[in-house]
Amino acid sequence: MMWLILSWVFVHEAAPSENPMISVGPGVLRPFYPPSEKEKEIKLEAFQLQQHAVTNAEFLKFIQLNSNWRRDKVSSLFVDSTYLSLWETPVSLGGKVSPGQPVVFVSWFASKAYCESFGARLPTHFEWELAATATESLPDGRSDIKWRQKILDWYGKPAPKNLPKVMQNEPNFWGLYDLHGLIWEWVQNFNGILLSNDSREAGGFDQARFCGAGAVAASEKEDYPSFIRLSFLSSLEASYTTKNLGFRCAKDGKKGN
Amino acid sequence: MKIYTYCVGLTLCVAFVGCNSQPSDLRSTGGSEEGARMAAPVGEPIHAILTQAPAVPPAITRKSPAKVVVEIEVKEVTMPISGGVNYTFWTFGGKVPGEFIRVRQGDTVELHLQNHPDNKMPHNIDLHAVTGPGGGAASTFTAPGHQSRFTFKALNQGLYVYHCATAPVGMHIANGMYGLILVEPPEGLKPVDREYYVMQGDFYTVGKYREKGLQPFDMQKAIEENATYVLFNGSEGSLVGDNALQAKVGETVRLFVGNGGPNLVSSFHVIGEIFDKIYPEAGTHFQENVQTTLIPAGGAAIVEFRVEVPGTYIIVDHSIFRTFNKGALGMLKVTGDEKKEIYSGKEVDDVYIGDKATAGSGEAVAKAAAEMKSGTLTIESQIQAGEALFRGTCSTCHMETGLGVPSVFPPLAKSDFLMIDKARSIHIVLNGLSGPVTVNGSKFNSIMPSMSQLNDDEVANILTYVRNSWGNKGTAVTASEVTAVRKSSKRPPGAAE
Repeated sequence: MMWLILSWVFVHEAAPSENPMISVGPGVLRPFYPPSEKEKEIKLEAFQLQQHAVTNAEFLKFIQLNSNWRRDKVSSLFVDSTYLSLWETPVSLGGKVSPGQPVVFVSWFASKAYCESFGARLPTHFEWELAATATESLPDGRSDIKWRQKILDWYGKPAPKNLPKVMQNEPNFWGLYDLHGLIWEWVQNFNGILLSNDSREAGGFDQARFCGAGAVAASEKEDYPSFIRLSFLSSLEASYTTKNLGFRCAKDGKKGN
Repeated sequence: MKIYTYCVGLTLCVAFVGCNSQPSDLRSTGGSEEGARMAAPVGEPIHAILTQAPAVPPAITRKSPAKVVVEIEVKEVTMPISGGVNYTFWTFGGKVPGEFIRVRQGDTVELHLQNHPDNKMPHNIDLHAVTGPGGGAASTFTAPGHQSRFTFKALNQGLYVYHCATAPVGMHIANGMYGLILVEPPEGLKPVDREYYVMQGDFYTVGKYREKGLQPFDMQKAIEENATYVLFNGSEGSLVGDNALQAKVGETVRLFVGNGGPNLVSSFHVIGEIFDKIYPEAGTHFQENVQTTLIPAGGAAIVEFRVEVPGTYIIVDHSIFRTFNKGALGMLKVTGDEKKEIYSGKEVDDVYIGDKATAGSGEAVAKAAAEMKSGTLTIESQIQAGEALFRGTCSTCHMETGLGVPSVFPPLAKSDFLMIDKARSIHIVLNGLSGPVTVNGSKFNSIMPSMSQLNDDEVANILTYVRNSWGNKGTAVTASEVTAVRKSSKRPPGAAE
């Protein structure tokens, strides 16, 4: 039944022109928690990621075309009670949010449906992490202690009352905006990379949910920003919506394919 | 000897006896002990009273176990960590340390953890008072804008740390996510006059100690265990001045002391007090007459002492640089009548030669020294520098007013003895003076030690100040005049060259 509902979306073919797909990679990721002892380096094919997080304006268009995702019509299986709660009505933004801010209070289900509406998908955790290891000038800046500290500073700060608009900072090496310093972002397999709820258990993995990987210790112990993202993602359920959590969409292959 | 009496309804009544010399009785799992721990809650659920440090919730007077509902809201807030320095704390209840929870052994505790919607981070809680995997951490892992609940039985009495155990655990603790939960024994704790909640923690900021502005968390310093701040109750000044703990002479004070860490072990000490009774590591058995107690990170202690003498007692981590250079300082102010038979207060001794001269000198002295070097020294600069030096050294006896102390220390203000002979005054500063003198018609017979540790510039400046203050009017004293007198004087034995 879920598939029936999820597939019932109005499908465009291309990404919205105001938020184009940007090519990323191919590249090699050294994940914080490798999936196995042999996979400390993950080779990733080239993929595409939207230039910035999906905005309120973009999500509103989606809602207008897919009324089954309106907050007053959607099933509570797919969203919790705070879904799109910053919007004034189910079909208009109102004065509290602006069109250019990233949309937040969206569930994984809603994000996935949005991406599928134009033939895209959510990025995988590894894809997102690969894109996010890029600094303004380098594809992998994780050994840059100052850069890492800058990201940590954002995690350490309380969220501002009003989120800034997207694309207010410098783009990274690939041309992507705001992977750090604006919001958290959903990934396709947010619950497939689950840490245990109590991060001190041996291995850090919930073995029941991530078979065989529980014995593997963190390999990139210094990469605290990545660790924190793992921690955040693992606290979520697919129907959860929170104030600082949005998303952007991805596609396979290089642009133009 | 402790007697535990414990009744539930009419059908179950258990009494048992524990004894300090037989510690295993209290923690054994057999028979009546099990009854006390495992009895069902009685009556309607109770909402726990939670308090912010240094306050402690009231003692529990219930004679039976209850279901106790504890609601804790996690908030990420920016607050002062020191004067002019802000830090983003992650808190249980809005302050550091987290709210104090007080329950009774055998209580069934229903814990609600609410993660405020404005927060960025997921959080959870591990209470060391919980028997069960993770201490509740896995059951309370909560995304922002959500809440969780779990229930545990408080099987063991004692004072326990609770903290956040969300990855990265060290960062959550370093940002202030810890507090204390007291599980009272069924018969309660012995009543005391004052109970306070004090919790130590170490903090790691990108900027140096007291560097102004909003200071972010420094992960690298935390990994290196190189603390920027070591604090009681989450900020420098949380327990000083108007915020000092209070007590009256004759009262017994009980401190519930925790150490959140994340890294450092505390050498907890109260200056001027001896802990009459202490439960080390917050265990069941007490020790007596302890000066300093170790409190591990993630551990606690209960200390009790009767305050006998009024005054301010300084609470420190006796790993003492943390007190003077990292902020680990609190105060307990005790008011009441003096008790001279216990503590006399300051008794005048012969003479105190402070080393305050260098400490108190400051800019004026530096300015005079610079002018001296460049040959532009004015009498005004000399007077200013002299004043600073005088306050540091000479005012101990001659007083800042220059009036001295009648019949003990002679006055310098309008002093005929001083002003009549410049060379003699230099000689006295360099070599000291003992024996009878008459100043302004009054006789003095005491000892002034040699101040030959002061250099010639300093002596010249001090005397210039003295000769031009409090109504005195005289010429400047130059360094070369001092040099001449120093050369002609025979050093008293032991005096500085």
